[in-house]
Amino acid sequence: MDIFVDSAGPLLAALGTTVVMAVVAGIGSLIVGTLIAAARISPIPVLRGAAFAYVQFFVNVPLLVLLILAVFALPDAGILMPLAPTTVVVLTLYEAAYVAEAIRSGVNTVGNGQIEASRALGFTLGQTLSLVVLPQSLRAAVQPIGNVMIALTMNTALAAAVGVVELTSAANKLNLVEAQPILIFTAAGLVYMLLALIIGLSAGRIERKVAIVR
Amino acid sequence: MAHAPGTPTASSAARTASTDMVVMTDVQKHFGEHHVLKDVSLSIAPQEVVVVVGPSGSGKSTLCRCINRLETITSGDIRIDGVTLPQEGKALAQLRADVGMVFQSFNLFAHRTILENVTLAPIKVRGEKKKDAEKHGLELLDRVGIADKADSFPAQLSGGQQQRAAIARALAMRPKVMLFDEPTSALDPEMVTEVLDVMVSLAKEGMTMVVVTHEMGFARRAADRVVFMDDGRIVEQNTPAEFFDHPESERARAFLSKILTH
Repeated sequence: MDIFVDSAGPLLAALGTTVVMAVVAGIGSLIVGTLIAAARISPIPVLRGAAFAYVQFFVNVPLLVLLILAVFALPDAGILMPLAPTTVVVLTLYEAAYVAEAIRSGVNTVGNGQIEASRALGFTLGQTLSLVVLPQSLRAAVQPIGNVMIALTMNTALAAAVGVVELTSAANKLNLVEAQPILIFTAAGLVYMLLALIIGLSAGRIERKVAIVR
Repeated sequence: MAHAPGTPTASSAARTASTDMVVMTDVQKHFGEHHVLKDVSLSIAPQEVVVVVGPSGSGKSTLCRCINRLETITSGDIRIDGVTLPQEGKALAQLRADVGMVFQSFNLFAHRTILENVTLAPIKVRGEKKKDAEKHGLELLDRVGIADKADSFPAQLSGGQQQRAAIARALAMRPKVMLFDEPTSALDPEMVTEVLDVMVSLAKEGMTMVVVTHEMGFARRAADRVVFMDDGRIVEQNTPAEFFDHPESERARAFLSKILTH
């Protein structure tokens, strides 16, 4: 256990990086994903097509490929960003595709009748979406979105591959010195499990709180 | 559509001298190959209560849904208070705000309380203050007899209560005309009366109403005019007394004999 105590400082800092990346990318992907979902169900063909293409692109390209592309290609294109923010942006855009799909599955729980009723009351399309469709879709999508957030947290580990010092990377560094891979990576795995547990339990709480009386 | 595209003032330019609230002229409607409305022309005067009856599949629900353009028509012209229905967009939304609609399946917003269901459109569409909208909303809920349900959610109400809430929601917009698309067809028999009573009182107060229904008792009691449809056409129209006691067409006689003999 001494090896963890001796390296507590760097390990905690790395855990902090993991949590911050997960939280920022999580919030970002919720916002972007909601917008993509709204475009996906809008009656405007161009928006629908663009959102469809977005989702297909990010669902069908491995995250690691996207990360490496962003880390090496963006500087070539003249966009210079530190590694961690670059990773957060890629994670945000990538997970937003999954958030959008989760919300879209929730949209199907809103009856067509309610949409007709809001049109009949004089709501514009934007009001129908923002007041009637999305609030109910988001409620129905809490648990699926929670799963996306757990996947996102696990996916922050890929940042190690492009040089961000987060939990996995720090564990790897420690292992290079101590050569105790089973102990070190089991401990890292338990920390990831704990993070996933927190997200899962929170999603359950939120779901019970916002559940629609049916 | 009769109005030229690209002219935002088309609706006001199309205002006619007619004093009728709803005017449908030579309306045709196709669902693919299926011709559902054939040469439908119908004018409804202010404060008039028109009950549309006919066998299922006769096009009566479609007629009702065309009036606020939930269904688009193939050709012809529909005017509300002298204004031709515009294309989908802001202008149509504004016009729809003046046309209340009550559906067979209630269609209340499941995530909002009954009071919020009633006040949402006045606040968001009309820009009313929340306090004013709530005051008016509570009056309306009281009027349809469910003031005690203001803070409940739709799923906690019976079908009859939900439908009365839906009527209150439509009335909250102070509509010029109310459309009822088979408002009692999804209700258990013992709840039909409570909804019809609200509708009768509305009719008595002078609301302009188009009611698609199978409730012949309501037609007799509240209608100024009964419109009988069959196979997409208006076959005959008359006062309820004349229509029920002396139907002119063979098809109306056949329809009435079927529904009145049991």
